[in-house]
Amino acid sequence: MPAVSKGDGMRGLAVFISDIRNCKSKEAEIKRINKELANIRSKFKGDKALDGYSKKKYVCKLLFIFLLGHDIDFGHMEAVNLLSSNKYTEKQIGYLFISVLVNSNSELIRLINNAIKNDLSSRNPTFMCLALHCIANVGSREMAEAFASEIPRILVAGDTMDSVKQSAALCLLRLYKTSPDLVLMGEWTSRVVHLLNDQHMGVVTAAISLITCLSQKNPDEFKTCVSLAVSRLSRIVSSASTDLQDYTYYFVPAPWLSCKLLRLLQCYPPPEDGAVKGRLVECLETILNKAQEPPKSKKVQHSNAKNAILFEAISLIIHYDSEPNLLVRACNQLGQFLQHRETNLRYLALESMCTLASSEFSHEAVKTHIETVINALKTERDVSVRQRAADLLYAMCDRSNAKQIVAEMLSYLETADYSIREEMVLKVAILAEKYAVDYSWYVDTILNLIRIAGDYVSEEVWYRVIQIVINRDDVQGYAAKTVFEALQAPACHENMVKVGGYILGEFGNLIAGDPRSSPLVQFNLLHSKFHLCSVPTRALLLSAYIKFINLFPETKATIQEVLRCDSQIRNSDVELQQRAVEYLKLSSIASTDVLATVLEEMPPFPERESSILAKLKKKKGPGAVSVTELEDSKREGGELNGGGDRGPDTSAMSASNAVSRHSVTSNLSYVFQSTPSPSADLLGIRSSAPAGTAPASAGNLLVDVFSEAGPAAPSAAVNDDGFLRFVCKNNGVLFENQLLQIGIKSEYRQNLGRMYLFYGNKTSVQFASFTTSVSCPGELQSHILSLNVQTKQVEPLVEGGAQIQQVLNIECLTDFSDAPLLNIKFRYGGALQNLTLKLPVTINKFFQPTEMSSHDFFQRWKQLSQPQQEAQKIFKANHSMDTEVLKAKLLGLGTALLDNVDPNPENYVCAGVIQTKGQQVGCLLRLEPNAQAQMYRLTLRCSKDSVSRRLCELLAEQF
Amino acid sequence: MQFMLLFSRQGKLRLQKWYVPLSDKEKKKITRELVQTVLARKPKMCSFLEWRDLKIVYKRYASLYFCCAIEDQDNELITLEIIHRYVELLDKYFGSVCELDIIFNFEKAYFILDEFLLGGEAQETSKKNVLKAIEQADLLQEVRHLIKITVDKVF
Repeated sequence: MPAVSKGDGMRGLAVFISDIRNCKSKEAEIKRINKELANIRSKFKGDKALDGYSKKKYVCKLLFIFLLGHDIDFGHMEAVNLLSSNKYTEKQIGYLFISVLVNSNSELIRLINNAIKNDLSSRNPTFMCLALHCIANVGSREMAEAFASEIPRILVAGDTMDSVKQSAALCLLRLYKTSPDLVLMGEWTSRVVHLLNDQHMGVVTAAISLITCLSQKNPDEFKTCVSLAVSRLSRIVSSASTDLQDYTYYFVPAPWLSCKLLRLLQCYPPPEDGAVKGRLVECLETILNKAQEPPKSKKVQHSNAKNAILFEAISLIIHYDSEPNLLVRACNQLGQFLQHRETNLRYLALESMCTLASSEFSHEAVKTHIETVINALKTERDVSVRQRAADLLYAMCDRSNAKQIVAEMLSYLETADYSIREEMVLKVAILAEKYAVDYSWYVDTILNLIRIAGDYVSEEVWYRVIQIVINRDDVQGYAAKTVFEALQAPACHENMVKVGGYILGEFGNLIAGDPRSSPLVQFNLLHSKFHLCSVPTRALLLSAYIKFINLFPETKATIQEVLRCDSQIRNSDVELQQRAVEYLKLSSIASTDVLATVLEEMPPFPERESSILAKLKKKKGPGAVSVTELEDSKREGGELNGGGDRGPDTSAMSASNAVSRHSVTSNLSYVFQSTPSPSADLLGIRSSAPAGTAPASAGNLLVDVFSEAGPAAPSAAVNDDGFLRFVCKNNGVLFENQLLQIGIKSEYRQNLGRMYLFYGNKTSVQFASFTTSVSCPGELQSHILSLNVQTKQVEPLVEGGAQIQQVLNIECLTDFSDAPLLNIKFRYGGALQNLTLKLPVTINKFFQPTEMSSHDFFQRWKQLSQPQQEAQKIFKANHSMDTEVLKAKLLGLGTALLDNVDPNPENYVCAGVIQTKGQQVGCLLRLEPNAQAQMYRLTLRCSKDSVSRRLCELLAEQF
Repeated sequence: MQFMLLFSRQGKLRLQKWYVPLSDKEKKKITRELVQTVLARKPKMCSFLEWRDLKIVYKRYASLYFCCAIEDQDNELITLEIIHRYVELLDKYFGSVCELDIIFNFEKAYFILDEFLLGGEAQETSKKNVLKAIEQADLLQEVRHLIKITVDKVF
């Protein structure tokens, strides 16, 4: 191509650019630019009308100045004027300026849109393309409003030139991305889909991007694209490298289009039509075969294009997750790439294998590469590749290789790049917890983590180890011994001191028999770290000390001495001072019995989602942690923690913690609600803000020790959701907003139930006129009272930060469907707050589980064969279909889960009797999951038909 | 694709193309951050990296870095070849392109890119067709001044 075409003759522009390049300093450059801006401004403002060429030149200079990073606040009007020039180059520069410097000035947008409208209707393909490019580049809502209905017509019109079609397709895509509500394909849908059959490869390439995006949003409307895409792909894959002429890229036929076709197919499940599916599988096999053929060129472009298609094909195979043969072949292919000399391929192979690891068909095949991956983690020179290797190790980890992988990750952590340490720490902590068979290994691992990368161990990680140690009495002694040893190190991380303080405070007695770790030795060890620690850690240590006084009366004098010294009792930090004063007083006036009760061992933590996992999710953003990973963790989490509540909302904590304080007089918590430091959140879950801030006035210090009010409250979904979340569980947070948190804890026996409601004032201001009432709507209050709910009125004042409790006694008289309503009224800062909630009292709460043999079950099943006795529902899975999760839910329902009853081991059957005052209702349940379709069929047969229906309704929302 | 940046080894931005709406401030911040990140990488390192929730694909040609940000489900290798095809197009159009060609004829670099990629997606992958479109546009030019600039060819 001749050099002529390089510029279109804007000499002034070239001179200006040269000037800028010759500037020796930033200042000189700015000076030159300001001079130019002043010149252009005067030209634009001058009396003499500028000709098109000059306008173009100045607009172009402004553009250049803008691209250098300077602000441009004029010239827009001149650029808009250029749009209506009939000289192509002037128009082109005008459009470029508009595309780069979009301005939402509405006056201007109207003018621009007018110019675009003229060009679109000009029937001149080059002008049309320019206009379409401009819309695609700007993509503003105003443009969508003006053109979204016009462009589909251009796209499918028979007389539109190919190049215009291409621009129109992508222009529409851009508008759809900004304003999906304005782009309505409707009648055009089928003609757009048929662009996949277009003769012109360029048209297909452009159109498929649009079709893919539309298919993601409206899969049903576009599903005919699947068979068209398969046949197009098949033609490309089987074509010789020369067939497609200029669409062949380094001997690879149409690589961009192939990738896009494979990508489009990933919007859909495998084709249902056998012939289409067969053809597609053939294509995928051909692509895998071609990977084994010798390369047709040594150029990297050839192998990149070929492998781009291969990786996209593998993504599709993983997406289908139904062809074991292809999955294993894909895995083997990636295995070869793991050792490829191209870093890019190693990187992509590691990344792609991560997803393969989560398929049951290929998980084992992925595991065979463990040594290579570990080696990559150790030897790769590029941190982003090492990061991928660490991700893959995490993904391929299971019970069989957990110890090896965790050990490798720990040793990698010693030299890991700072940028990825925190994430590595979380991953190690999660794996250790998920696959802990013996808890001493778990404790060792976490303590190692703190030792190696203490700074990166977030609160969630050390909270979690404490939760687990407290909940597992078989590991407490070991934990005490291990932290004691770890604390011997002359320099240990503050997080280690925290864990050490907490654990020795609780379980120091378990190792006190050994003279080497006698109570005083333990205390001295802890106290030797005290002065180097931050305030929150010191506060925690003070609590550990008071616990010591209870555990080991012989340390009392020493510890009182410490508490009494000025640096504690007159500490300038109010929290430390308060603790010192209160603990000193407590230890001197309280009797041994009172002391023992107040300082009792912490009650077990109710189960909930691992806080570390929540953190990892948060860190990586929604969607970054794969669904399988979450499900896995739920399942595994259950094993570790012995079942119980493990829904995503894991809020049982604060309510039942509050209970323990109410009913068991009070359990001294390590953390007070008045501590606004982050460490106050040990009992909280995700939120870090403490629930309230009680005033720490000297008058009520001691009272504060005993005052309740749970610490930081986890956020829970507001509204009726709360109701359905409690069908299979009894405890948790029912409601929470800015002001108030309501926790419930309930227990049921026979036809009686008792529900504890905990109202927590989250503010620092008193709630006045606090009243609650329970009403039974609809059938509940009809003349046959089905539910008898009794409640005592609560105190009308709720102090800021305080929590009050209310007990409801419930009697089930007959079966019922509606739920009682709880109404709460109070005044907050003068404004009346009124709130009504559905109380989670459901018929299944009165279940008595019934064990029975297979024979008995089916006999009764047959007896309950009247049509109205059966209720059945088929529904899509909304939650994990994992066995352990399902079992936990069915047990939470209150029925007995019967093993070996259903001939199909995938199915679940349950039996129970609902106890009402008047009668007993026998219920049988059968749940048939279909993992492939992600569907369930739920069948209930009960001796009373209304019960079948109600249970069916309730349960259909649970799985 | 969300955006494409061309910058020199000295960190000077030579071309920027944004396919998502962002404020000028954000654009500057992203550019600064990415230029720094990419320039800090050693040769032979992998051409892909995770950055925020995007994937960055970059390649160096002589003194210029070509850097694309793509979304999670996009294909890294094919993006690398998008870069290469764009370089080929520039090379063919300018006749052995160098950084100075792009500086002095930045508008042409934009026009060629618009013919090749639109809205962040490949519009026309055939080299012939793209260049044909540009040539046709050039034929519509009425006046042509010759500018001769001596440039050190780097390709």
